[in-house]
Amino acid sequence: MSTGIKDLFADEVVTHALVRDVALPRGAGTLALITLDNGFDHTKPSTFGPNGLAELDAALDAVAARDDIAAVGVTGKPFVFAVGADLKGVPLIGGRADALAIGRLGHDVFRRLGELRVPSFAYYNGAAMGGGVEIGLHCTYRTISTGVPAFALPETFLGLVPGWGGTYLLPRLIGAERALELIVHNPLAQNRMLKGPRVHELGIADAIFEPADFLEESLDWTARVLTGETAVRRPETDTGKAWDDAVAAARWTVDARLHGAAPSYVRALDLVAAAKDRTRDEGFAAEDEALADLIMGDELRAGLYAFELTQKRAKRPAGAPDKALARPVTKVGVVGAGLMASQLALLFARRLEVPVVLTDLDQDRLDKGVGHAHAEVEALLGKGRVTADKAARLKSLITGSLTKDAFADADFVIEAVFEEMAVKQKVFAEVEEHVSAECVLATNTSSLSVTEMAAGLRHPERVVGFHFFNPVAVLPLLEVVRGERTGDAALATAFATGKALRKSCVLVRDAPGFVVNRVLLRLLAEIVQAVDEGTPIETAERAAAPLGLPMPPFVLMGLVGPAIALHVNETLHAAFPGRFPVSAGLAAMVAAGKPGVYLPDFTLDPEVVEIFSGGTAPSTEEQVLERALAALADEIRVMLDEGVVAAPQDIDLCMILGAGWPFHLGGVTPYLDRTGVAEKVTGKRFLDPGVASVPA
Amino acid sequence: MPRTARDVVFVDGVRTPFGKAGPKGLYAQTRADDLVVRAIRELMRRNPSLPPGRVDEVAIAATTQIGDQGLTIGRSAAVLAGLPKSVPGYAVDRMCAGAMTAVTSTGAGIAFGAYDVAIAGGVEHMGRHPMGEGVDPNPRFLAEKLVDPSALVMGSTAENLHDRYPEITKERADAYAVRSQRKVAAAYADGKIQPDLVPAAVRSAELGWGLATEDEPPRPGTTAEGLAALKTPFRVHGNVTAGNAAGLNDGATACLLAAEDVAGELGLTPRMRLVDFSFAGVEPEVMGVGPVPATERLLARNALGMDDIGLIEINEAFAVQVLAFLEHFKIADDDARVNPWGGAIALGHPLAASGVRLMNQLSRLFEERPDVRYGLTTMCVGMGMGGSVLWENVIWEGAK
Repeated sequence: MSTGIKDLFADEVVTHALVRDVALPRGAGTLALITLDNGFDHTKPSTFGPNGLAELDAALDAVAARDDIAAVGVTGKPFVFAVGADLKGVPLIGGRADALAIGRLGHDVFRRLGELRVPSFAYYNGAAMGGGVEIGLHCTYRTISTGVPAFALPETFLGLVPGWGGTYLLPRLIGAERALELIVHNPLAQNRMLKGPRVHELGIADAIFEPADFLEESLDWTARVLTGETAVRRPETDTGKAWDDAVAAARWTVDARLHGAAPSYVRALDLVAAAKDRTRDEGFAAEDEALADLIMGDELRAGLYAFELTQKRAKRPAGAPDKALARPVTKVGVVGAGLMASQLALLFARRLEVPVVLTDLDQDRLDKGVGHAHAEVEALLGKGRVTADKAARLKSLITGSLTKDAFADADFVIEAVFEEMAVKQKVFAEVEEHVSAECVLATNTSSLSVTEMAAGLRHPERVVGFHFFNPVAVLPLLEVVRGERTGDAALATAFATGKALRKSCVLVRDAPGFVVNRVLLRLLAEIVQAVDEGTPIETAERAAAPLGLPMPPFVLMGLVGPAIALHVNETLHAAFPGRFPVSAGLAAMVAAGKPGVYLPDFTLDPEVVEIFSGGTAPSTEEQVLERALAALADEIRVMLDEGVVAAPQDIDLCMILGAGWPFHLGGVTPYLDRTGVAEKVTGKRFLDPGVASVPA
Repeated sequence: MPRTARDVVFVDGVRTPFGKAGPKGLYAQTRADDLVVRAIRELMRRNPSLPPGRVDEVAIAATTQIGDQGLTIGRSAAVLAGLPKSVPGYAVDRMCAGAMTAVTSTGAGIAFGAYDVAIAGGVEHMGRHPMGEGVDPNPRFLAEKLVDPSALVMGSTAENLHDRYPEITKERADAYAVRSQRKVAAAYADGKIQPDLVPAAVRSAELGWGLATEDEPPRPGTTAEGLAALKTPFRVHGNVTAGNAAGLNDGATACLLAAEDVAGELGLTPRMRLVDFSFAGVEPEVMGVGPVPATERLLARNALGMDDIGLIEINEAFAVQVLAFLEHFKIADDDARVNPWGGAIALGHPLAASGVRLMNQLSRLFEERPDVRYGLTTMCVGMGMGGSVLWENVIWEGAK
């Protein structure tokens, strides 16, 4: 082993491989049971770095030298099997030789489990991911607990491939189609995890047992397998057309989603495609090469950077005031009873489990709003997401009132009324007549100034921006906006409330469009402008593909609604006329009442094409992309200079969580650095080399 | 309408291997509730024709009902074992006779007609819960001389018993202990003990996961000479040693009881029939004599004499206490009817769990002995009590 990698992983939390003899039932002999345990409880799951692999290797040395054992078993500490490679040292790897060594080391150790003189058994007792899953794949047999909450090969999601045997062994075990569910499709679906029963259904585990006596029953099953009492039958893997078709289908999905922008998926698919014809040595060697290439690529570094943001920074928002300043929220008011208001009411009731009162001036609208929230509760009940008792409780928590005196004992009132400054100011002034001096007033505005909204109030320090993303129940981002006079107590209460709502909060200064809308709209404005100038919509739409956005710009416009896009566009134009021109075409589309550029069958609406016709300076796809990237770099630099957020990391976090921008680009700033656009347009990088890229 | 009592049968019983209490013991880092849950699950697994929802009660005993032995362990164990939530449970305490009391209470409930099927058992993790943990004896016990100061120290009550039965010498006690070790070793060699055992997963931070498959306490090579050299910690120049007493142990037991007609209906195979039971109180400072009045009362009520009893499973908390019982009933120290496969001196005595171990063992003996009609399980209990349960062999050939 390269001593270099051990040094890079100097801070490794070493997973020990403890070996203990077990007398198997049914006279089946002795099993050497290896427990993977890093010495911490389940909140710090076991992972594998070079030192842990060396310990496992030593344990396997000892086991391999024995002739008195009938089998070898591997299991994990309580609730955790193993969650894969320790990635903490990866950002420090600067040379391909070290990258290659990591892949080889994993293979060299893990493969021994499949090459012992005696059969080996993996007992997946708890969470298993990545290399944790792969350890078991090298074993002869596997059992799994029905209680396993998470089983996944998330490597492609992060920018790697499951390259410690996963791409070779898994498709050969269960067929390419099923293997690709784990290797490609689940990582694409927000890194979805499987539960124990599904792992058994897929044929990865040969037997499944309940958690209460999982190990005992697994050992008994082992004894039955060894004595021949139980025969393990696995369906034959189809290495013909079905294999090729599955790879082709997955390739199509990946292309459609990522447009070739994420190399990890492509490498994983290439490996799976070839696995059926390769020997074990060839397969593993190909995985080593793929791992080395990817580890030395910026996409993985960006992916790890993005993962770190969502796992750590999202939980400890930069610049948030001391948590101790937060006041308890025991009742919530929602001004308005429209669709957004009732969605907010349900979210607050579900997560905070406190009374939520909606107000509206109109009894019909109020009834409709409360009724909508109650119907959503019924829908949750219908899907089995809540029990009948919980549904009854939620419904009783959500009530309506025609007058705002119902807010008298509320600690947090959020408005979701018409997006117009005068209306919102009036609403807050009315609310202030009824609530305590400490009650937080929050606005879900997407574009108006929080400072201005608070200006006429007796207690402007209580006003915060609380900007959700649609659908509010699903999207994890919450932009918490600090107005000029917002006090620390109100802000701390907003952060605590956001956390209780299970949202990832980012602190944003009161600036037009905040973060997500401002970045998206700058991108959109640039692209629409290109269309105004005569670029065909299809060309402009395709141009942004390398950004790997969840949907192309004009599809996004249709989803948001051209009218809202125009409104935000105008707000931003008012603030920054030079950078946010108002598109004549967009204005005309809205005037014509067009819901988007596409017809319901997803062909272009000829009338919209007509609206945008007349431009005389069309751009190519490449030119549109170049302009778009330049605009993004320019806007983000301005935002950082204005102090809209604390750091580029916050921009990336917002774009990942609020707009679904991809991990392999690290959100956006690592991509702008990587492509040289940041330096070209703004004269400097956003992040130092090595932060989200291979160190120079 | 007059009520008719129903016949109650013991269908099946299991236990975890017993471990030595303490930081080096088999179960040092294993929870007590996990042990009894494992026993319950195996009991259900061994009787697949019993729909789990048909279990009407889960009574689990523990002497120290704190921590992992607290939280109404019968109910929490039922939930943890995956029985339907509709199955209730409760916790029992009669110190060493906890599991025995769980059996008699639920058995009585079945006879009364309140239950069809019940699970009864016990658990004691004396490593996690040393004897006397958290006790707060009322000062009146001593101030008013309600009990002798030695009453709460079980070893001292055993020494007191040697005073009451001066003919029971330390040599006799040691000889009894040696026989118990030998009988257990022989029973293990013949595969008599193993069928009742439920392998239990054990974990230690240092060693990882393992599997408990055999009792840890037995010392097969024990000799009288070896025992003679042991200290007498409860009295200077006394008689009671670690060698002629049960140790401090961890373990769990569980058994399945049913109304005899319901057992038939559900396809459960009974092993023995509950005839009657009796508990009796004695002076707490000689608690070891408790089985004597309990058994006297039981035999009298059923118009039986000791000659009618073909097998006796008596708990061996202390050799002297067994010998006092034998002395009273004029049974020889080495009578073949008594603990044929050995007892707690060798196997261990996790207090509240032991009662069901006696029954498991008696039920297995019955299977081998169709010539025997009646058997006893009996034990002494702290604070001066004894319990005795009379069983009838369902395959007794005289019934044919």
